[in-house]
Amino acid sequence: MKEPIRILVGKPGLDGHDRGAKVISSALKDAGMEVIYTGIRQTPEQIVNTAIQEDVEAIGLSILSGAHNILLPKIVELLDKNGAGNIKVFAGGVIPDEDIEFLKDNGISDVFTPGSSLERVVDVIKQTLNRE
Amino acid sequence: MLEKNDREFQKAKIEWEKNTLDPALSKYSERKDGFQTTSGIKKERIYTNEDLSDSDYVEDLGFPGDYPYTRGVQPTMYRGKFWTMRQYAGFGTAEESNNRYRMLLDQGQTGLSVAFDLPTQIGYDSDDPISYGEVGKVGVAIDSLEDFEILFKGISLDKVSTSMTINAPASVMLAMYIAAAEKQGVGTDYISGTIQNDILKEYVARGTYIFPPEPSIRLITNVFEFCSENVPNWNTISISGYHIREAGSTAAQEVGFTLANAIAYVETAVKAGLDIDKFAPRLSFFFNVHNDFCEEIAKFRCARRLWAKIMKYRFKAENPNSMKLRFHAQTGGSTLTAQQPLNNIVRVTLQAMAAVAGGVQSLHTNSFDEALALPTEVSAGIALKTQQIIAHESGIADVVDAMGGSFYIEKLTEKIEEKSEEYIEKIDSMGGMIKAIDSGYVQREIQRSAYEYQLEIENNDRIIVGVNEFRVSEEDKHDLLKIDMSVQDNQIAKLKKLREKRDNNAVSEKLRQLRDAAETDVNLMPLIIDNVKNYATLGEICNTLREVFGEYRDTAGI
Repeated sequence: MKEPIRILVGKPGLDGHDRGAKVISSALKDAGMEVIYTGIRQTPEQIVNTAIQEDVEAIGLSILSGAHNILLPKIVELLDKNGAGNIKVFAGGVIPDEDIEFLKDNGISDVFTPGSSLERVVDVIKQTLNRE
Repeated sequence: MLEKNDREFQKAKIEWEKNTLDPALSKYSERKDGFQTTSGIKKERIYTNEDLSDSDYVEDLGFPGDYPYTRGVQPTMYRGKFWTMRQYAGFGTAEESNNRYRMLLDQGQTGLSVAFDLPTQIGYDSDDPISYGEVGKVGVAIDSLEDFEILFKGISLDKVSTSMTINAPASVMLAMYIAAAEKQGVGTDYISGTIQNDILKEYVARGTYIFPPEPSIRLITNVFEFCSENVPNWNTISISGYHIREAGSTAAQEVGFTLANAIAYVETAVKAGLDIDKFAPRLSFFFNVHNDFCEEIAKFRCARRLWAKIMKYRFKAENPNSMKLRFHAQTGGSTLTAQQPLNNIVRVTLQAMAAVAGGVQSLHTNSFDEALALPTEVSAGIALKTQQIIAHESGIADVVDAMGGSFYIEKLTEKIEEKSEEYIEKIDSMGGMIKAIDSGYVQREIQRSAYEYQLEIENNDRIIVGVNEFRVSEEDKHDLLKIDMSVQDNQIAKLKKLREKRDNNAVSEKLRQLRDAAETDVNLMPLIIDNVKNYATLGEICNTLREVFGEYRDTAGI
């Protein structure tokens, strides 16, 4: 049997709305994953450091402040710089359709917008990590 | 006579059950085995006067404008004057927000409500590295009095009332408002408005805290005291259930936790020696409105009654104005769907109706596109029109507490009150709200409700039109408001100029005085106003206070 998926859930930037991040964390736990939740108001550097320290396979970033196009690519870039480019990064929150392509081009594996089902979030993460 | 009525009632009820109800049920079962509100209150099939047999009209309901204010805080409610239509707005630069405010005022809005960007809400200047990417995004960027002067350009501050959603740095924003008004020639006696200034819910639900609880509440008490002497028409705090509900709480938790926060503020102010009947009349509240129409109406009615009792019996207030729970409401942001966004206009209408039926004093209606981005001029306009249609066309505003006396509404008002009181008692038994927050109790309760709600949607036990049922494929793109990076660049350039042209020696001296005063227990408001007038920036003032007070760190857990 494979080890459970280890995933970091974090909130980059100054946005404090953590309902989504907490609901997703609970759902990922219920799906058998090991979840490390960073809490709110994390800088990209803090998120990357925690991800590396905790040796996670994936990061889920929740952001509702509109700063996604700046902060999310920065996190991917920092992961690469620190030799952790293998960590998959997912994003969720209030992210307009037209920004999703930009984020995917900048290393975000998938983006979950409002109304996404928990089941789909879990499935996509498992599929991306080849852990079905 | 009554007994005879009762006998006849019982007889009729038994006959109805036997002859009408049971045959119907045996043919068609009901949609579900049981029905309940979001607060977990069981909904009976039908309510009758039997359900109100324990209630006493005068004691529990009374008349509008009279204790316990269940039916409303004013005797004529909207027959006299409609609620204030106050749309929360602000984005980008002060110039852009000023344009939006003037557009809303031109369209008949009656009060302003300022949304600040996150760096402002957390006390950072736009050129602070931590602000990078966030400037002007969720609200207007404010760094100094200069921005405030632009924000209210052409708007007479003695003519509008202004609500500002600002918490940790509320004292600084109030100081800027006072200074901006003074520049227009308007004295503190003539300005009116509200600062949110409710730090406790930031620790549990919203996240824009700066300092630890103790110095934060000291600043709040400073504002209470300063305003009771100098700014008589200012609502010094807006104790907010809105964000607690948005974070996922139930309606009963919203009331329970909000009033528990209110109790903590009142206790602190009384302990600091303030006279309850001097500051309590300026306390105001802010609630959410969700979709369960009757539960929401009952929620507002029970909140008023419960607060009146708390003020009268727990705090021994004597001034009737201390006992009146006046509130602003906003329709529920988390009920908006990104799917089929035009449906949100209908949701907002239902919610706004509930707020009006519940006796709201001022109301914000959300725009239909807010699950996608900040509202455009078109969507913000429709949201305001929704209120105008309810006010002028629905007829609901012509009668005070039109839903009062409904067997169901009255029973639900009692039930939510009971549940809210249980939360307050539980928090009392933990030693008060600050301890309850410290222990993580409030956060866990909210989080549990949020997850349960999401699982109901996930399992299709709760249907959200367009999300888990009645889906359609959507192709059409909507026009969304976008904030580009030029806002940040402009703001930083403006700040650089300001630091070059102002009297920097004076600023350093004022900041030093503020630091010294923060170490003592004097009221900081006069010094903050002094700093603001010398164009010390928000970030400089907050950083000075950070040096003395320290910063709050969330001990996150899930």
